[in-house]
Amino acid sequence: MTLLDRHGFRPDPFRRLPASEIAGHPAVIVPLADVQAGLLVRASGQRIGIDIANTLPAEDAVPLANQVDLIAIAFPGFADGRGFTLARRLRRNGFRGILRAVGPLIPDQFAYAMACGFDEVELPDAVATRQGEAAWLADLAIYSTSYQRDYARGQNILDARREARQGGGA
Amino acid sequence: MYRYDEFDAAFVRDRVAQFSAQVQRRLAGALTEDEFKPLRLQNGVYLQLHAYMLRIAIPYGTLSARQLRQLALIGERFDRSYGHFTTRQNLQFNWIQLKDVPEILSLLADVEMHAIQTSGNCIRNVTADQFAGVAADEIEDPRPVAELIRQWSTAHPEFSFLPRKFKIAVTGAAEDRAAVAVHDIGLRIVRHPETGETGYAVLVGGGLGRTPMVGKWVREFLPKPHLLAYLEALMRVYNAEGRRDNKYKARVKILVHEIGIEAFRARVEAEFARLDPSRIQADAEEVARIARYFAAPAYADLPDNPPAFRRARAANPEFDRWAAQNGFPHKVPGYQAVTLSLKGIGEAPGDISSAGMRLVADLADRYSFGEIRVTHAQNLVLPDVRQDELFDLWQALAAGGLATANAGLITDIIACPGLDYCALATARSIPIAQALARRFASPERQQEIGPLAIKISGCINACGHHHVGHIGILGLEKRGEESYQITLGGDAGNASAIGEILGPGLGAEDVPDAIERLVAVYLAHRQPGELFVESVRRLGIEPFKTAFNAEIHHDAA
Amino acid sequence: MSTAKLQPLPAILIANDLLTGDTVFFAGNGWTRHPGEALMAEDQAASLRLGEAGQEAMRLNQVVDAYLVDVDLSAGGIPVPRHFRERFRLLGPTIRPDLGKQAEFPGLAAQAGRTR
Ligand code: HEM
Ligand code: SF4
Repeated sequence: MTLLDRHGFRPDPFRRLPASEIAGHPAVIVPLADVQAGLLVRASGQRIGIDIANTLPAEDAVPLANQVDLIAIAFPGFADGRGFTLARRLRRNGFRGILRAVGPLIPDQFAYAMACGFDEVELPDAVATRQGEAAWLADLAIYSTSYQRDYARGQNILDARREARQGGGA
Repeated sequence: MYRYDEFDAAFVRDRVAQFSAQVQRRLAGALTEDEFKPLRLQNGVYLQLHAYMLRIAIPYGTLSARQLRQLALIGERFDRSYGHFTTRQNLQFNWIQLKDVPEILSLLADVEMHAIQTSGNCIRNVTADQFAGVAADEIEDPRPVAELIRQWSTAHPEFSFLPRKFKIAVTGAAEDRAAVAVHDIGLRIVRHPETGETGYAVLVGGGLGRTPMVGKWVREFLPKPHLLAYLEALMRVYNAEGRRDNKYKARVKILVHEIGIEAFRARVEAEFARLDPSRIQADAEEVARIARYFAAPAYADLPDNPPAFRRARAANPEFDRWAAQNGFPHKVPGYQAVTLSLKGIGEAPGDISSAGMRLVADLADRYSFGEIRVTHAQNLVLPDVRQDELFDLWQALAAGGLATANAGLITDIIACPGLDYCALATARSIPIAQALARRFASPERQQEIGPLAIKISGCINACGHHHVGHIGILGLEKRGEESYQITLGGDAGNASAIGEILGPGLGAEDVPDAIERLVAVYLAHRQPGELFVESVRRLGIEPFKTAFNAEIHHDAA
Repeated sequence: MSTAKLQPLPAILIANDLLTGDTVFFAGNGWTRHPGEALMAEDQAASLRLGEAGQEAMRLNQVVDAYLVDVDLSAGGIPVPRHFRERFRLLGPTIRPDLGKQAEFPGLAAQAGRTR
């Protein structure tokens, strides 16, 4: 798997391990079923993340959200957009940790994923080989603006128009 | 009509650049066909039987003369000098090469047009009443809100990979000419019974395809400032919970059907309650900015039904028939909206040549403030014609073969491309439409039969809306032959209804006779002033079924 | 695979060219726009090879949607698909005889025949 954030490909500091084996690892991702066990044995300063399915109701993830450092949402296929909505709901519910999309996304979804609140994408190596770093970073640069307010993007057109109106005298 | 500001213009240019790069990545193999397909679909590019097809959005059906001329040019340079208007206020070119698409999109951008989200599992282009802004029965022009939704839904980060396509239609009139009840979301602009304030009544879960359903009320009155937040909540519920295991069960209508409208409403309201509409909605000034573009043109102060108009009608029965049949009441005295039928007898419904497009563009400039409308019945409309110039317009149209006086009549047939173009088709639809139009060609006979909507689809996807045709025709394959299933009693208007199947499928050559038999039952039993579909409602399906099946059983016996 | 469905024969390989979208036929050493030049599979082994050529061409991003179509050869050397869908695809829209391969290649429509 290859990890990618808005600056490009980078090494993954997290390791996937069952809760019983996390001792000594600074950053781990445990299966959802293991999370309570993992939190019990968590060392101070140790970062713990969880893997969740894109069908997990946001409400079920909320109690965990304040205790974990990373939530990794699975994308079974790139056309399955449920992860975008789940990410939005987790952010809306106040999750401040790292949000990771895991699966065969395509570069053309990268800006969307970031706007919905993801920080990073974990790709199968085959996808990362076919669609190199440049294609992903290019997607972030394509649109200077977007039409939706309230999504984590740069400027949006509606607010830009408002500013233009208010600065109308200038 | 709406004009792009610098932001809209920049956005559309960015989109063209993005798609050009996507095509390059596809050709280089970086994108597989599976990955590329949703991207090309979201830019309107389909693969049909003979070539790629490009579907261009005509947002809420409003088109300027300049835009129509550009479409004519694109047709000549990149297609076979004709295009096809669809039931969703789009224009399709049937002979496009993938390598030309970026250039075509760029030509579209030059005239503030695009093909964004005309296909794919996203929020599709928003459709509206073709008589928006001019209809006498209108509470409010639906186009500003349609434009607002168009912008909000464009390249939406969360809702671009939905379970299935998502179609929204809006009407602001008493009579529903936008078929809002058969859309995923139908919005009706309504007045609050107590406060008189205008807002939206929201229908959800309508749709055709293989499981036709009429939309259900999810919100009786939505205040205007809540619109985008409410849509976001609704889309979020659908994106999270709509089925993805079976593409035939993935539309929102199935979700609504499976969990029930009460549960669906509760989920949407729960989501909506957590949102802050003021962070999502465009502010009042932005809404007003959009609305200003749709301000009425500078109408002259004219008497209604002027003597010159009356004289021309009296002197020329053909013009009189056209004015009566294709005219539509305008809210301003002395003006008329008129339908330019793209259903000339024997023509392919909705097709128009590049030359025809230019003629219409010129006539729009001359007679209708340079504006054209596209209807879901695959016709064009000039919305603002002076009654005292209608005769001149008619003569010019007649010379160009665009003055067929059949709007709403039995030969004003809706038909999808069917197996002449479409890769999904199970049978042809256009030749059936042509045969029926020839059969009922006589203007007097059409007049006698009165309004009757025949709608034809070439497969169960129902692009030709056959379910809501007064008479619906569905092309299927039976034992290696094309076979046509006939339904009766559908309705796309206020009394929306899904038609019932009359009997076994027919061979193409038997369809005109079968339709004749249905018409004969109506003519024999109608009460004075009763329309075909009203007779069907009163008499029930049985007498029609009997007549329909009589001959068939003879044949089979 | 022994359970594979038998391909009705003879068969040709039909696809759309990726770049143009045009309907094309596999000719053995590449793709052709003229159905008369299509390579014919007369037996199961040959039809398997044709199918593989289609997969390969899709993998190489030359064509999309390649599949085998069984044809009738009684029409003077032109392979005429037995199914009406593929016949229309080969000729062009039935409502526009002035367009498509039926218009482009003289004699094609006459030989391949219109629909029954
Ligand atoms: C030729 C290429 C076309 C293809 C491949 C195509 C494909 C489809 C498919 C697959 C559906 C069913 C979707 C579903 O039920 O979930 C559908 C529905 C529909 N299409 Fe098309 N279509 C084509 C052309 C057209 C045209 C020309 C029109 C207008 C005349 C049109 C308008 C519609 C409408 C109104 C529906 C029904 C929407 C509903 O189910 O609510 N399409 N189309
Ligand atoms: S109804 Fe079927 S045949 Fe007609 S355009 Fe739609 S998908 Fe094609």
